[in-house]
Amino acid sequence: MTEDTLTIFELSKPGRRAFTAPSTDVPDVPVEELLPAGAIRERPAELPEISEPELVRHYTTLSSKNFHLDEGFYPLGSCTMKHNPKLHERVAALPGHARLHPLQDPEHAQGALELMWRLQGALGEIAGLPHVSLQPSAGSHGELAGLLLTRAYHEDRGEQRTKVLTPDTAHGTNPATVTMAGYEVVKVGTAPDGGVDLDDLREKAGEDVACLMLTNPNTLGLFDRNIEEIAQIVHDAGATLYYDGANLNAVMGVARPGDMGFDIVHFNLHKTFTQPHGGGGPGAGPIACSDRIEPFLPMPQVVRDGERFDLDFDRPRSIGKLRGFQGNFGVFVRSYAYICSLGADGLKEASEVAVLNANYLKAVMAEAGIAEYLPIAFDRLCMHEFVLSGQGAKDKLGIRTLDIAKRMLDHNVHPPTVYFPLLVDEALMIEPTETETKERLDHFAEVVRSILEEAQKDPEVARTAPHTTPVRRLDEAGAAKRPVVRWRPNGENPGDPERAQNAPASGSGAM
Amino acid sequence: MSRYTGVTDEDLKQMLEAIGVGSLGDLFADIPESLRLGRELDLPQGKSEQEVYEHLAAMAARNRHNEEEISFLGAGMYDHYVPALIDTLLSRSEFLTPYTPYQPEISQGGLQVMFEFQTAISELTGLPVSNASVYEGPSAVAAAGYLAKLETKRSRLVASRGLHPHSRAALRTHAAGYGMEVVEAPLDEDGATDVEALAAAVDDDVAAVFVQQPNFLGTVEDLGALSEAGKRSGALLVCAADPIPLGILKPPGELGVDVCVGEGQTLGNRLDFGGPSFGFFAAGERFIRKMPGRIAGETRDVDGRRGFVLTLQTREQHIRREKATHNICTAQALNALAGVVYLSWLGKRGLVELGELLLRRTHYAREALGLEAINPGPVVREFAVRVPELDALFERARAAGVNPGYRLGRDYPEFSDGLLVAVTERRTKEQIDRLAELIAAPAREAAPA
Repeated sequence: MTEDTLTIFELSKPGRRAFTAPSTDVPDVPVEELLPAGAIRERPAELPEISEPELVRHYTTLSSKNFHLDEGFYPLGSCTMKHNPKLHERVAALPGHARLHPLQDPEHAQGALELMWRLQGALGEIAGLPHVSLQPSAGSHGELAGLLLTRAYHEDRGEQRTKVLTPDTAHGTNPATVTMAGYEVVKVGTAPDGGVDLDDLREKAGEDVACLMLTNPNTLGLFDRNIEEIAQIVHDAGATLYYDGANLNAVMGVARPGDMGFDIVHFNLHKTFTQPHGGGGPGAGPIACSDRIEPFLPMPQVVRDGERFDLDFDRPRSIGKLRGFQGNFGVFVRSYAYICSLGADGLKEASEVAVLNANYLKAVMAEAGIAEYLPIAFDRLCMHEFVLSGQGAKDKLGIRTLDIAKRMLDHNVHPPTVYFPLLVDEALMIEPTETETKERLDHFAEVVRSILEEAQKDPEVARTAPHTTPVRRLDEAGAAKRPVVRWRPNGENPGDPERAQNAPASGSGAM
Repeated sequence: MSRYTGVTDEDLKQMLEAIGVGSLGDLFADIPESLRLGRELDLPQGKSEQEVYEHLAAMAARNRHNEEEISFLGAGMYDHYVPALIDTLLSRSEFLTPYTPYQPEISQGGLQVMFEFQTAISELTGLPVSNASVYEGPSAVAAAGYLAKLETKRSRLVASRGLHPHSRAALRTHAAGYGMEVVEAPLDEDGATDVEALAAAVDDDVAAVFVQQPNFLGTVEDLGALSEAGKRSGALLVCAADPIPLGILKPPGELGVDVCVGEGQTLGNRLDFGGPSFGFFAAGERFIRKMPGRIAGETRDVDGRRGFVLTLQTREQHIRREKATHNICTAQALNALAGVVYLSWLGKRGLVELGELLLRRTHYAREALGLEAINPGPVVREFAVRVPELDALFERARAAGVNPGYRLGRDYPEFSDGLLVAVTERRTKEQIDRLAELIAAPAREAAPA
């Protein structure tokens, strides 16, 4: 174990501290006089004891082991890893935003409510749907909100529907959301051109179907040319059509989900509207909807009355609250700044260049030296992303998509999304985004080409990659089989007998 | 060309040629003509960085924030001091701009942070398994309801009226989806959960009982008694907890709590008008394969070096799809980083010192205000009082730059004259005395000279 993998807990030494408590200015009453004996903690939580300089060094050292977007190319399909403008951190940190309490009277939060109201308006215009709630915390939360709205809508009409349709290319969140919302998942097949299989859809879109959840462009990066017919079939069945906004970055200012016939849309502000991903959050997943869904939107809603902005809690048919307060306001600030910076012209340009970059990279990767190993899964114009199959590399070179991805780490580029969508064998899903230059795209193609060339001579290099990273391939199976999910002193897992005795719930059993 | 893209005219020409199309418009050929927008979006044109900054700064200036007034507002989010090193560390691109650690070899920093976070939450809650964070507090409560459904297959949830109103609301909203009924258990005369009424509400159909420590009014609940009353028929006990008082309060895991969730804003996160912050989710070991969200685990690489990975992923949506334990993906990694840095900054002794400071100031403030207490028993961080003329107090205090707290009437009609007063280390004795003066002012004015 090298020193730089020690956890903060292992760096602890009794007596050290980074915190100095403010001076006590109220009577120093013993804790025992203020709390009942049974409520008092008997031993302090085993938090680290560490000085400020060592604390800063520890986390700075850890940070150096992360690859990140400001460092290099990050073509993770479906994740839209576009540049995070630095202005956004500055405006989010303004005390009027960062130090504003969520329960401040609306009278004294007019700027925040105005910002939310303006963001709602912009998102509604981009989606082509008139009503917006910013409340959901993430895309997955937005999806759940969409299905809860669907349920409320049908129940309001006295209908009990039990099924939700999702394409077999859908993100895993879609079916998981369906179950959480109390519906049964029914899969719809994919046609040879990569779109929804219309015959299959017609057959399955019965009176028991509440909703079709669709991503368009879909997870293959293809725009479904039959979207109008799909909407017709779904609406004829009395169901709602839900738009998973994961891929909205392809169509801003070009086409709008509302115009395509979608009833409910969620936005991923951390994708399309460039909230930094933070190593896995925070994000936000606002939703937009049509008039017939509006009465059921979560509360409160931000409303405008003349020059005054307010929070509307008087919504008797609302599905209620999805979370605390009004949503991830700090994310709203960044996304609103982004929309202001780009404007109508820049948003459309962003989508155009995203699609240009994807098609260009696809064309470069269709050249000899790459295409025979990584053929395109559906060979037509793509939107903002495209999917290659690693079948050729597996058959001809004996290296898998995973090996190619791991070898990319040695070249300091982040691999694409791999093994998704599920219907493409050994899939690599590549989304360059609009903020990459032609040189970056060319470089990525060269990296892939060099990995494939190297594998023709010695496939073992890729099979054992990466070689230059802080750690090499990790034993994930072992980690899942015998989970160690927290640090314990002396490495004992299961916990030591003393701990088990003092704290039965925290110390019992093997981990 | 916008400042965030870099396609020159020459690039465009070469790229279109390589693709084999004549124009940018040709790339969108798959979108039927009838669906093309055919006009510009009805939004202003793009602006310079400076103009955007000024526009947002002007809006921000119309908010009265916590450096502009003395605020006793809490009710779920609290005005704690956030140390400068958190700003420094969180603004590092290495933490700010990566995606979820799908490639562990180049994400060891983020993964180790998650592991350390889980350890700290496990220590605070006294429960052995913590995930790497969920969205925020109230939706974490709802996620615990879903776990209870998966675990027990029962149909009803019982929530104490001491549970945050937003948590109760989020629980109802989510439960309407997963098909469970939520019933409330009342508070007793002292503003604590009524143990007997809770016991009476629990039967074989109840999947879980929800309580909060300290409860929404700031009352320190008798978790042991609630646990005994709530778990008799095999229901799970879910406790929503404020992590800072947990530094001095007995860990929920030692009092029979099965799942402990909570709002993490108090741990080094900004107020941000309500988010983003993080939620935490900790549970007993038997729930480890039913937990929502990401979990980091320790392992070894092929050379035997220590490393960390996302583990137990067969619970999750991207693997299990409709059989997943929750639909959540990664949630609040950056906010959870702030949480573990904050806890490390406080340290083993600092958390206790801070908790004791809050405890003493809370009791001092309740006495200093001299009003009838709604919850006269032990309180920490917050307490509720009845104010004879609440509107007048607000008017007087706001004019003097003091925000007296949260009006309980919106959520608790039975306390229409109730005021919830929150105390942090930033609210000094002098500021508390100032609020007391404002409360006493009309009496003084009315008194003869």
